[in-house]
Amino acid sequence: MRVLVAMSGGVDSSVAAALLRDEGHDAVGVTLKLWGGESDSGCCSVSDVEDARRVAAQLGIAHYVFNLTDDFTASVVDPYLADHAWGRTPNPCVECNRSIKFGRLLERAIDMGFDAVATGHHVRVRDEGAARRLLRGSDAAKDQSYVLYMLGQPELSRSLFPIGELTKDEVRRVAADLGLRTAAKAESMDVCFIKRGDRSRFLADHQVFRPGVIADVSGHPLGTHEGFARFTVGQRRGVGVATGERRYVVAVDAPTATVTLGSRDDLLRETAPVEQLRFVHEPPPPGEPLTFQTRAHGALAPGVLDGETVVWNEPQPRVAPGQVIAWYRGDELLGGGIAAP
Amino acid sequence: MSEHAPGDLACLDYAATTPLRPEALAAMEPVWRENFGNPSGTHEIARRAKTIIEEAREQVAADLGCEPREVVFTGGGSEADNLALKGAAWAAREQGRGEVIVVSAFEHHAVLDAAERLSRGGFEVRHAPVSAGGVVDLDAPVDLLDDRTSVVSVMLVNNEVGTIQPFDEVATLVRERAPRAVLHTDAVQAPQWCDVAGATAGADLVAVSAHKFGGPKGTGALVVRGSTRLVPLVDGGGQEMGRRSGTHNVAGIAGLAAALRATAEGREQEATRIGSLRDRLAKGITEAIPDACFNGDRAFQTAGICHVGFPGVEAETLLLMLDRDGVCAAAGSSCQSGSTEPSHVLLAMGVPRAEALSSIRLTLGWPSTDADVDRALEVISAAVERLRARPTR
Repeated sequence: MRVLVAMSGGVDSSVAAALLRDEGHDAVGVTLKLWGGESDSGCCSVSDVEDARRVAAQLGIAHYVFNLTDDFTASVVDPYLADHAWGRTPNPCVECNRSIKFGRLLERAIDMGFDAVATGHHVRVRDEGAARRLLRGSDAAKDQSYVLYMLGQPELSRSLFPIGELTKDEVRRVAADLGLRTAAKAESMDVCFIKRGDRSRFLADHQVFRPGVIADVSGHPLGTHEGFARFTVGQRRGVGVATGERRYVVAVDAPTATVTLGSRDDLLRETAPVEQLRFVHEPPPPGEPLTFQTRAHGALAPGVLDGETVVWNEPQPRVAPGQVIAWYRGDELLGGGIAAP
Repeated sequence: MSEHAPGDLACLDYAATTPLRPEALAAMEPVWRENFGNPSGTHEIARRAKTIIEEAREQVAADLGCEPREVVFTGGGSEADNLALKGAAWAAREQGRGEVIVVSAFEHHAVLDAAERLSRGGFEVRHAPVSAGGVVDLDAPVDLLDDRTSVVSVMLVNNEVGTIQPFDEVATLVRERAPRAVLHTDAVQAPQWCDVAGATAGADLVAVSAHKFGGPKGTGALVVRGSTRLVPLVDGGGQEMGRRSGTHNVAGIAGLAAALRATAEGREQEATRIGSLRDRLAKGITEAIPDACFNGDRAFQTAGICHVGFPGVEAETLLLMLDRDGVCAAAGSSCQSGSTEPSHVLLAMGVPRAEALSSIRLTLGWPSTDADVDRALEVISAAVERLRARPTR
């Protein structure tokens, strides 16, 4: 197959390219330049591009850089800021997967005559009859199915995840055996367009901060804040109000710029509303017990999906609006959606 | 798989660099093999190296139309441009001759970014506009040039669209309106196509780069005419009459001189030959892709350039497809990461962003052949057709 491999300059995508080459595919590496701003902490920095280019050369495959900064700004950064301005908690990596890697990149690949796009995500695929299933990666701690919940059959039929069957240790071993310079490279954990620890400043610089009142659940003011975008539903640390007991953000109301604090009990909900639902193949039968994941590396909670509502078996902390709720049958990702207010 | 044998590649990117001319290699080989001397020394081994450099200097001076003492060898074109801009700006500041720098908006980044750096040091930088056809306009903007202007930089040949600037007119205007200014020209893209000596007679500073005309990479020269004062970028042993310290790249300098001479001798004949290749390329593209649009006013362009846009096609994807089929071309100007930025040259010419992002640069040089053109026409037509079919839409 002719495969375009998205190479970030990290070890996972380096090994993805190596495995494809070894399987005899006509692999071509491409690194995406996504952000021209000053952060460049993630996949866009010059040294990461150099690493990807060097790995491709070591593997004997061609390597290119695509400048998708315009698309990235329009599809990822602007919506990220808009969501924050609405008091929501967006996941920009999910948006990047949706609109850039499995959007623009996949589209370009097909236009150019490639059969598939490959990435270094830790997920596995299984073909069952006509359907392609998406399973958690073999390395449970590194599984990335959650951020790929939006992939449907059209995308999956043209996507490859070569390292999904390996653990991270195995990935590093393959890279070391091949002498790739990315073998021991640290993982990037940050949002690529924001400098580490600089989220508040980034939001402030982009004028999404609107000051307002911090109140308790009955509406009594407890203090003020400089911008509600700094708060996320479920957040406990750094709420900036000393009340003598553990306080959680239970609501962020953009129209009134009010942040509501409460106890853990105040945070618990019987259900979670979901919007923009996506299914990998087809919706699960009504009433089927499923497990739900509400954060990239969060714990799982059991429940059922009832239309556009998740009904929890036991009350669960409220999911911050804007976050992804993904649902699974065992290890199989069935779909997901965005937590609604 | 995707990598081709060297003989199976068609290079249409000779504005980026050129292979070494045999004459340059012949001049360099004995230096590497036998003459290891440091020309700054006083003994026989040093003298031999010094002789190589001084012979090269005389030859370069003859070809660039200046005195031998006016040639400063540098580590390439970018260094020559930086020495010109920064060296002249700093010298003018020391002498109190003004702190305004005027550059055309579509200069190479070696000039633009040197000016940008100077602006952070308190200099005022003004950008001269460029016409839609790719010719600088120093005349129309009032207040562009004045007696506070200390450095003016206008390239002789644009590196992306290949337009030759009317340098005599530029020089006349600068002398008239900015009498205290030092006039620099980046002639890096010129020696293959123009008589640099004649064209830049009115300049105080002229930069060239060896690898653009069949010399080695990492070697360049700056002509510094008359009493033009420069503050050096590199201090040290005081080589090049204090204007560029550092032990000479003896082989590189010998290669630069030999390549420049070979280029000058064959220029008219080569320009005619390459011009007809270029015309065939442009005609073939128009026949295969009727809505292809060419950038740069043909009346001002060098023989070897074909800068062309294909509406609705992204240059990045087109270049990848050409490369896979063994046709090497370029788009925009490559930044350090290798990603294609929308060309500042096209944007300066008023080309819309979308058009700039759909344009590629095909450049011919002394090694170009009919077969290269045939191959390029075949591959470009097929790739544009494929991309326009857009199976995803």
